[in-house]
Amino acid sequence: MLEVNHLSISFLQYEKGLKQQQLKVIKDLSVSVHSGEILAVVGSSGSGKSLLAHAILGILPTNATTEGTIYFDGVKLTPEKKEEFRGKEISFVPQSVNFLDPLMRVGTQVRNAARGASTSAQRKAFERLRLAKDVEQKFPFQLSGGMARRVLASTAMVSGAKLIIADEPTPGMDPTVIKEALKYFRELADSGCTVLMITHDIGAALEIADKIAVFYAGTTVESAMVNDFSGDGRLLRHPYSKALWRALPQNDFLPIPGSQPLPYANLPGCLFEPRCAFATTECRQDEPKPREIRNGIVRCIHAT
Amino acid sequence: MLLEAHNIGLRHPNGHWLFRNLSISLRSGEIVGIRGPSGCGKTSFARILSGYEQPSEGVVLLDNSPLPKTNYHPVQLIYQHPEKAVNHRWKMSKILNEGWTPDDHLLTSLGIEREWLNRWPNELSGGELQRFCVARALGPKTKFLIADEMTTMLDAISQAQIWQSVLDIAQKRNLGILVVSHDDHLLKRVCSRVIEFHNISYK
Ligand SMILES: Nc1ncnc2c1ncn2[C@@H]1O[C@H](COP(=O)(O)OP(=O)(O)OP(=O)(O)O)[C@@H](O)[C@H]1O
Ligand code: SF4
Ligand SMILES: [Mg+2]
Repeated sequence: MLEVNHLSISFLQYEKGLKQQQLKVIKDLSVSVHSGEILAVVGSSGSGKSLLAHAILGILPTNATTEGTIYFDGVKLTPEKKEEFRGKEISFVPQSVNFLDPLMRVGTQVRNAARGASTSAQRKAFERLRLAKDVEQKFPFQLSGGMARRVLASTAMVSGAKLIIADEPTPGMDPTVIKEALKYFRELADSGCTVLMITHDIGAALEIADKIAVFYAGTTVESAMVNDFSGDGRLLRHPYSKALWRALPQNDFLPIPGSQPLPYANLPGCLFEPRCAFATTECRQDEPKPREIRNGIVRCIHAT
Repeated sequence: MLLEAHNIGLRHPNGHWLFRNLSISLRSGEIVGIRGPSGCGKTSFARILSGYEQPSEGVVLLDNSPLPKTNYHPVQLIYQHPEKAVNHRWKMSKILNEGWTPDDHLLTSLGIEREWLNRWPNELSGGELQRFCVARALGPKTKFLIADEMTTMLDAISQAQIWQSVLDIAQKRNLGILVVSHDDHLLKRVCSRVIEFHNISYK
């Protein structure tokens, strides 16, 4: 099982001249996923979803500092352990297609990234994700966006890893291929794998996940059950989760005003307060602590 | 204005046709969706329509003349992978102001924080970067927008926010938009009609 406890990530930024400042982009973030389970991470763009993935893998840029602990199967993930596990115990499907090596044929890349997966395993994964046989011989620039994502996804599928972290694995894929990819992730979980899937496709998340974590401004505002995302969203616990659900094109397609606070806004209270329709003066005083409500967790003092 | 594609075909260097005989027309003020399986050539078609790529056969016409080869192209493309659409050696302010200088109002309606202007592309999240690509494409000389999976990398609230401002600008300036997306719900929301890629081409 994967356990992330009180993770914080800051970046050292150089301003003009010699002035430096620390940007805290993830703050006191905790998530856990059991083996055999899929945790979907949804939420605001820029809320730290990819950075969480990079922190688990140990591939944050060098100007980043982290606090908190990450355990996998009871082993504390130190920088050395992360390096050792990467591509073996832990496999990664990155969000950016820039992770593909432009100079290497994609079949070879998939086998290398999965540290020595067999050609036949790679071919099976390609076939399942409907990549034609000749794709393995191609270079990244010869692929469409959706094909590149399928190549990235197949790395995780052939890796034999115990933990799969997939950052936006489905954009650009058509519905049939998405279905197949999701089914594949579900089967991997059912065979004992731990899966953390970051996605903006809430529909996809609902189809395969066991539980859903909602991120906003560098922290988890809610941990919900799949069934809580239904109807007008009244079962959801946090006002941000409700707004996110309602903004989907299949629901109201209405944005809420404002934007996510910047890391150094240093709001003393709830980070959603400037945009929250339910905010009261108490909300501005202290940061809401995570509370357990109806089998879920929420960071909102007024949630019921 | 009228943007037309006539019998467009694209052939791979190996001789195989990705698509042929693709014809479509889009009027100012019209918002049309295109849907089709992954890898069928939608993005290549989008690149041809916006003058980034030459077709192997057929022509693209803007009011009956070939696409102009000026600095600022009247048909602007926004595509799925913002990280591939920006120069990584430039800071965001330079990237944003390359073709024109977006005003404050636009930056605010797209949710672009001024502090991001001082960063490098790899210091922004995928969704943050995409907002810059949208702003960059909405210059005053833009007549048509080709939105290839424009908001797939964004959360639902940002997606609704960006579409709201793009639709608003489109209406004010009478822009035509071609929306390439796999999200049927989104297509239904924003388009007046949706075309199946395979119904407008045959090999
Ligand atoms: N190298 C960096 N230096 C400074 N800030 C950074 C750096 N990398 C990321 N950030 C900031 O950290 C925040 C979280 O970024 P992250 O990429 O994790 O977002 P995300 O949740 O994955 O978003 P998206 O859904 O758009 O992919 C963003 O506000 C981003 O601007
Ligand atoms: S704590 Fe207050 S401001 Fe924050 S989400 Fe709850 S009601 Fe809204
Ligand atoms: Mg991300």
